[in-house]
Amino acid sequence: MDALDSPLFTVPKLNSLAKSDIAIEVNDLALYFGQRKVLHEISMRIPKNKVTAIIGPSGCGKSTLIGCFNRLNDLHQDCRIEGQVIIGERNIFHHKQNVPELRTKVGMVFQRPNPFPVSVYENVVYGLRIKGISDRRLLDNVVENALIKAALWDEVKDNLFDSALLLSTGQQQRLVIARALALEPEILILDEPTSALDPISTLLIEELINDLRSQFTVIIVTHNLQQAARVSDYTAFLHQGELIEYSDTDTIFTLPAQQQTEAYITGRYG
Amino acid sequence: MQEMSQSPHISGRFNQELENLKNAVLAMGGIVEQQLANTLKALRDDDKRIAEQVVIEDGHVNDMEVQIDKECMRIIARRNPIAGDLRLVLTIVKINTDVERMGDEVERIANMVLVKSLPSSEIIKAGMFNTGHLILDMIRATLDAFARMDVDAAKAIHQDDAKIDQEYKKLLIQVLSDMQQEAEILPGWLDVLWALRAMERIGDRCKNICEYLIYSVEGINVRHIENPFGELSERSAT
Repeated sequence: MDALDSPLFTVPKLNSLAKSDIAIEVNDLALYFGQRKVLHEISMRIPKNKVTAIIGPSGCGKSTLIGCFNRLNDLHQDCRIEGQVIIGERNIFHHKQNVPELRTKVGMVFQRPNPFPVSVYENVVYGLRIKGISDRRLLDNVVENALIKAALWDEVKDNLFDSALLLSTGQQQRLVIARALALEPEILILDEPTSALDPISTLLIEELINDLRSQFTVIIVTHNLQQAARVSDYTAFLHQGELIEYSDTDTIFTLPAQQQTEAYITGRYG
Repeated sequence: MQEMSQSPHISGRFNQELENLKNAVLAMGGIVEQQLANTLKALRDDDKRIAEQVVIEDGHVNDMEVQIDKECMRIIARRNPIAGDLRLVLTIVKINTDVERMGDEVERIANMVLVKSLPSSEIIKAGMFNTGHLILDMIRATLDAFARMDVDAAKAIHQDDAKIDQEYKKLLIQVLSDMQQEAEILPGWLDVLWALRAMERIGDRCKNICEYLIYSVEGINVRHIENPFGELSERSAT
């Protein structure tokens, strides 16, 4: 049936993707905090302009894994990493990697919205100001574009200079996403972006994720399995630091290959 | 059963809901099975009272179908089942319809028994009685396979439907030749044809249920495929 073959419903299988379709290539990534091995030789290819969900129980290494993608784990003193994460043909762990530049390229949004206690406008341009950009017209443009992309423009356009702290939690989360988008990242990582939000704000963010896919590679970490099923194209299941299964979301949620995946997503004792 | 070989859900209530749903379908199938057994008794003894009872009882099966559908919808809405659980609930939605239709087919056979001027041919009557029993066994085996989520049994039953089809064809030829000798009760012959067709359809419904069962456990679609278990059919032929 042609109507059901539309790309809206199906995505290519992971093993059929060409190199040019890949945003992040992870090769044998192992990570230790001191003596403790937190990630066990993870290899995966995260497709470009798609939404990839990472699911798994608390403590399975989801946040640690995404922390590798913009080298957030560098902040831990006793962190040791083996293997490669290749973004744009370069291993980001290479000693010559410019880390602030990497973090511009790989934006991150966290569970609780963390707007700065300044105006909506200043929140969005924060990263640009740090980069030394002060051209008012350029900044105005960036603010408008980023807020439109984050589906917040209509709600805040008349109050751009009010404090961001006056916004609702759902709006604040979209503002934080706009702040990340203002830096024009290639990859946007969302770490449980809706766990503090009400169902309508959650749907707005999910709709936003759907729209962002055309311009960005989106990675979402979520404990809400239905959310992973709704918004993602591909899903990776992590358990105790191991990548148990990684496939297109349709397969994971209808016919997972691994018993462990099935047990986790259907809520059984593992 | 795959669900059983896996560990139970953390939610005991969800386990119970799925178990109850399965049991409801099995109970409904059990009624249809009993209805067919009664119909065959009515056919053998020409007992119109039993046949009437079968027709009345079918209403009960219809009510159960509606209840089971409602419960499936409730579980989908409240539990958001996925993977094996989702396949099980979808399978039950489908099996539910098939079992209800099987009830309708049994009612059709009972209606034939109620017809006043039935053909007198003993060969046809015996043939129908035997085929009816083959089908009764098939329903029983199908429900049993579903209760245990037994894929191997389902595949074997799937193959067995060919026997029913053969019996149906043989009887059909017999009916066509006999009806010319008793042409004055043509409406009665038509009822016989309807009943035969109903038996054959029950076999098809059992086959459908087996297909859904295989899908539920293995996630593989075997519908609309010619000879889906090639190896098995070769084995059973030798």
